[in-house]
Amino acid sequence: MDLTLKIWRQPSTDEKGKFVDYQVQDISADASFLEMLDVLNEQLVVNDEDPVAFDHDCREGICGACSLYINGRPHGPDKGITTCQMHMRRFKDGETIVIEPWRAKPFPVIKDLMVDRTAFDEIIRAGGYISVGTGGMPDANAIPIPKRDADIAMDAASCIGCGACVAACKNASAMLFVAAKVSQFAMLPQGKVEARERVQNMVSKMDELGFGNCSNTYACEAECPKEISVSHIARMNREFFSSKLISEKEK
Amino acid sequence: MDKLDAKIPQGPLAEKWTNYKAHQNLVNPANKRKLDIIVVGTGLAGASAAASFGELGFNVKAFGIHDSPRRAHSIAAQGGINAAKNYPNDGDSVYRLFYDTIKGGDYRAREANVYRLAEVSNAIIDQCVAQGVPFAREYGGLLDNRSFGGAQVSRTFYARGQTGQQLLLGAYSALSKEIAKGSVKMITRSEMLDLVVVDGRARGIITRDLITGKIERHAAHAVVLATGGYGNVFFLSTNAMTSNGSAAWKAYKKGAFFGNPSFTQIHPTCIPVHGDFQSKLTLMSESLRNDGRIWVPKSKEDAEKIQKGTLNPTDLPEEKRDYYLERRYPAFGNLVPRDVASRAAKERCDAGYGVGSTGLAVYLDFEDAIKRLGRHVIEARYGNLFQMYEKIVDENPYETPMMIYPAVHYTMGGIWVDYELQSTIPGLFVAGEANFSDHGANRLGASALMQGLSDGYFVLPYTIQNYLADQISVAHVGTDSPEFDAAEKSVKEVIDKLLAVKGTDTVDTYHRRLGMIMWNLVGMGRTGEKLKKAIVEIQELRASFWKNVKIPGKNEMVNMELEKALRMTDYLELGELMARDGLLREESCGGHFREEHQTPEGEAMRDDENFSFVGAWEYTGENKEPKLNKEPLHFEFVEVKQRNYK
Repeated sequence: MDLTLKIWRQPSTDEKGKFVDYQVQDISADASFLEMLDVLNEQLVVNDEDPVAFDHDCREGICGACSLYINGRPHGPDKGITTCQMHMRRFKDGETIVIEPWRAKPFPVIKDLMVDRTAFDEIIRAGGYISVGTGGMPDANAIPIPKRDADIAMDAASCIGCGACVAACKNASAMLFVAAKVSQFAMLPQGKVEARERVQNMVSKMDELGFGNCSNTYACEAECPKEISVSHIARMNREFFSSKLISEKEK
Repeated sequence: MDKLDAKIPQGPLAEKWTNYKAHQNLVNPANKRKLDIIVVGTGLAGASAAASFGELGFNVKAFGIHDSPRRAHSIAAQGGINAAKNYPNDGDSVYRLFYDTIKGGDYRAREANVYRLAEVSNAIIDQCVAQGVPFAREYGGLLDNRSFGGAQVSRTFYARGQTGQQLLLGAYSALSKEIAKGSVKMITRSEMLDLVVVDGRARGIITRDLITGKIERHAAHAVVLATGGYGNVFFLSTNAMTSNGSAAWKAYKKGAFFGNPSFTQIHPTCIPVHGDFQSKLTLMSESLRNDGRIWVPKSKEDAEKIQKGTLNPTDLPEEKRDYYLERRYPAFGNLVPRDVASRAAKERCDAGYGVGSTGLAVYLDFEDAIKRLGRHVIEARYGNLFQMYEKIVDENPYETPMMIYPAVHYTMGGIWVDYELQSTIPGLFVAGEANFSDHGANRLGASALMQGLSDGYFVLPYTIQNYLADQISVAHVGTDSPEFDAAEKSVKEVIDKLLAVKGTDTVDTYHRRLGMIMWNLVGMGRTGEKLKKAIVEIQELRASFWKNVKIPGKNEMVNMELEKALRMTDYLELGELMARDGLLREESCGGHFREEHQTPEGEAMRDDENFSFVGAWEYTGENKEPKLNKEPLHFEFVEVKQRNYK
């Protein structure tokens, strides 16, 4: 198929960007979206033009590196997949495809379609872990965990940290990302010990980094490639308020 | 030869590691604060090592090529992690895990290393559960297990089809905790381009900032490489796009020996190749072989009809199907080790029984399992894999059998290390897939995650102290030595040289060409003739690359073509060493199959008299033939015999 691509080009964080049109020909319907961009980049290199920068790595939907805003939607038109899992059979011959980077203040553009998502790592560093050192742990079967709770923890833990939730949100809120981690540990007995500090520290780090508030539009859930439910946000809110109340009481 | 002392502790197999730990040198807490460690790579092995070093009190600098340590390719491991817990009470033990791994590796790994791996496997599961890794559980709340290739017990722990992701996120959270504490400094989007050796010891690295292009120097008392495998030398593999062999290759060129470079794992269950635009291959987890049955048509006529699309596989009656693994290996059936399953698939396809439009595919069929267990059970077990398959192939595997074919997945070869995971360069330690150590000539499924975490959590934190104990009098190592000057200069020269070529062909076109040579001549069916041809063709391709590669832009910017070109220069040398190693090894073992050396039934035929050794290659200089050193393998505790999965 032949396509017109409208791609956001921006040389660096501090320079202005703009859309540039490109044509690609004879793209196979079986090619993945990123393989289509590979074809474009080969073409650009051969013609002495600067290839389009974009993050990608595993190309099987798990590393969370790819992050394209395609025709106005994070990871494109299909539900429950990442950009790299999108195949060209989803598009029509002759179509124009608009490709942008994630747009959110806490994710500055590095170049073209590549953004800086270290804010997510900073939120995890604020408490997204259980403070155990290596070694000397009790037997793994010492604490039985109801299958239902373990399954909910796994649902939350399947977050790949891609940032589609932030990109989808009109407020650039990171609530779904933070809630997924808080919720994973809230469901597990191992996570209870530090639950109060965790939720407070992660939420205040999220606010400090400039992510916006949640206004319950559920756009994050709709665009999450791992289909993580907003019910985790509700769980995080409960954790947050109860931790605040207990902290107040102890004052 | 004294360079190749594996330093295996004395004593009975089961006591070696205990004895080692009891007698090794340690560093006291006050001195740990004065010692610096560089960790390159933050996948399972690197992140777990860096976090553990930080907890102990060392100053750690960790480097990764991604924007975050959470993206390392360990994340893509699907099926599971082995441990000898014997929770199902089905006869497992540390010894049996050890034995299955040694046998699965076709008796080309060190007994002491493999035993230690099996010994610490249980602590890994305990560790991960304590970190909050949500492993699959049964209704009683206890951990669930499933079975994997090469074993007759169920010892694989898993988290849906995302086990690698959950284990990596566990290690990443431990690492994040240490970064927050300040014991680990994390440097992201940074690629190691050389190792710095001062007075015979590894003392630092040269890196390139992947955003600004800045070349930087970093010094430490010891360097750990945990940079993964080099399967991408084949261009098409299940590895991530940026997974590469460069850090290991630079270490080799600075004096670290390279062990068994030709030992490559070709995984039997990948989605077949289609089209010449393809950038990578996708694995379908080995766990699918628990419930899927592998078959091709019994007659060539039916195979041809299926290839042409005139016959639907679901219309082919049971008696016209050849479940060739169940037929050839009744004891292990569809759960034979990966090398055996891959070769059997290739044999059927080469003989004309393959399916799919190319004839290079076999079926992995879930019809029986769906009938037996119900679709919902299969969906719960493998739902995400089925979804991945459907997205790529555009067919519903619940209704039509999956098509699979072998693809490059893992490299058992890597930097030679002794029992302490130290290379032939003192102070250079190598962990995870980047070393050669534990899997012999074939890795069993669910053992890579086990090895990565074993090295990082439970081996290196001990063994590195044995080295650092006599480094406490060395003040912080500086970067203003002639060795750092020389290394930085040579890195800059290579970059300038590459940018100056200004040829006509892109890096990817060269990578595809190298991949074709490797797959056709150094792939699943090797011969002396093919390997000799590969050496010549790779040399020609290398010469052409340096004359004709085209890289746009400059160094001081985000320049992914330059990144690829730098990795490519190493693949073009590493590929040749792989062919040399395969040529030298006049036997078949595990994934290394020399067609000249097979039994009448087509099984791998080892030559224990002449080849029961680790081939450790030593760099001797630019365009000079490398030197082979041999580490003989001694089997004191297991009886070496032909692998039998019948």
